[in-house]
Amino acid sequence: MISFDLERRVRHLHERYLRIIDDDRLEEWPQLFMPDGVYEVTTRENHARSLPLALMSCHGRGMMQDRVTGYRRINVFEPHRYHHQLSGFESEQLADGSVRTVCGFLVVRTMHTGAISIFATGAYYDVVAQDSDGELRFKQRTVITDSRQTDTLLVIPL
Amino acid sequence: MQSSENINTHVPYWLMHDPAVYRREQEHIFSGPTWHYLCLDTELPEPGSFVTTYIGETPVIVTRDEQGELHGLINRCRHKGALVAIESCGRTKTLRCLYHGWSYHLNGALRLVPFEKGIEGKGGMPPDFDKHDYGLMPVRLANFHGIIFGTLHTATQDIETYLGPDMCAHIRRVFHKPVVVLGYYHQVMHCNWKLYAENARDSYHATILHAFYATFKLNRLTMGGGLVVNHEGWNTMNYSIGSSLQEGEYDPKELRAVMADVGLADPSLLNHRLEFADRITVAIQSIFPTCVHQQIYNTLAMRQVVPQGPGKTELHWTFFGYADDDAELRQLRLRQANLIGPAGYVSMEDGVIGELVQRGTTGQGMEERAVLLMGGSKVESVTDSRANETTVRGFWQGYRDLVGVLQ
Repeated sequence: MISFDLERRVRHLHERYLRIIDDDRLEEWPQLFMPDGVYEVTTRENHARSLPLALMSCHGRGMMQDRVTGYRRINVFEPHRYHHQLSGFESEQLADGSVRTVCGFLVVRTMHTGAISIFATGAYYDVVAQDSDGELRFKQRTVITDSRQTDTLLVIPL
Repeated sequence: MQSSENINTHVPYWLMHDPAVYRREQEHIFSGPTWHYLCLDTELPEPGSFVTTYIGETPVIVTRDEQGELHGLINRCRHKGALVAIESCGRTKTLRCLYHGWSYHLNGALRLVPFEKGIEGKGGMPPDFDKHDYGLMPVRLANFHGIIFGTLHTATQDIETYLGPDMCAHIRRVFHKPVVVLGYYHQVMHCNWKLYAENARDSYHATILHAFYATFKLNRLTMGGGLVVNHEGWNTMNYSIGSSLQEGEYDPKELRAVMADVGLADPSLLNHRLEFADRITVAIQSIFPTCVHQQIYNTLAMRQVVPQGPGKTELHWTFFGYADDDAELRQLRLRQANLIGPAGYVSMEDGVIGELVQRGTTGQGMEERAVLLMGGSKVESVTDSRANETTVRGFWQGYRDLVGVLQ
């Protein structure tokens, strides 16, 4: 069991995360992680077979900032944005005071042409902890997609 | 058409859209005398292992039987035609159709037909029904240094002749010791399969479309390297040589200016270990028609092109390392995986560029032709320049050899 107040703060972090992505404020995204936090996106297929390959894997904020740079400045793709929905939140407090959570997600992708599609569903497997400034941040966010397929490309983090 | 033009240099747009062309390709290319990547030997580790895949649209199973022998089979029950294996891989003692329970040995032989003798002598199969006549249809296999290829045609050349000497040598170079699969990507592209086949062979686009290369001075057309063609162009390789990911000064004559204010916050992404004595850092090998074998720095992968109609293609990536990788090298491979696949810094654009051609070539003017004249009109190996579409023309040579000239 975690306290009502702690659960409220963790859920607030989750909501901020998707607000930042869905509002295209990606520059703020690395700040939701600890400086040495880990962000990975993989598929249920790879995860179930204990295969370590990820679609995206960022160890530390620097690699997350580089994903933002790729998205803003370097990579070439058709403009699109996401809309996230969260569902099925579970949490438990670990011995060191950090919180492990699982939360389902659905991402609808809207292309600049107006085409709308379900881009991904899956779950976030997180470890959240209090940083030195008192803020809750992700020590780890592992995104596991239900489908093994990626439609076209993945450039905006899920 | 002018006399100097041919299908290798001028490719009609409608070839990417026409359903009749697509059906003709299934017959002449995918069911024709061609070898197709199916899986890696290491994915079938023990008796009973199976993998399901496709040759074109044809569903295929690869099994390892109790004696350790590999078998290629059409994944289609001889009764009603249902798939007999559904999962992408697994272990089983028999292949059993869900519909009426017809069951096959791992070598494809039909072992059991429920109610073959009827019930109390009534019904059942006719007395002359012989189970030997109803095994799963075989697919010829070739295991070349751990890569399992399959062909649906009886007259396909042996694999070494088909590949050609340079292609064989390059496969031996990478598959010189046991490999392990580190994971898969499956990427849906809304384009004709031939647009991806061209893209994988196209060295001209690499440093232009994939701006990450130019931005970080990684793989430039001015670096050492070359284009190799075998089997009259059917099979090709683009490669570049460099001692490190960050080597070399930017050449102002290049097409895209390096953005001075763009840098990597964590340049460890570009850490790389030279694994091969030839100092080749990027090598993209295309085996006609649907297999791509890549080395991009320390990332090693097979890519399989699976056509799903004239306007849809799935690309299956199998990412591997060596069984004896040390921990640091394994981490380098997995970190550099950020460069490749559907989310790869140097490859994500390939997921959309074929679709842009597909959408651009509909409507009025579909009889017009794409132009493949970079470097002339020949199909030949080139070592002095990669500003050359010889490898793309090689694909169309293979296409014309099998499908004929469609005008």
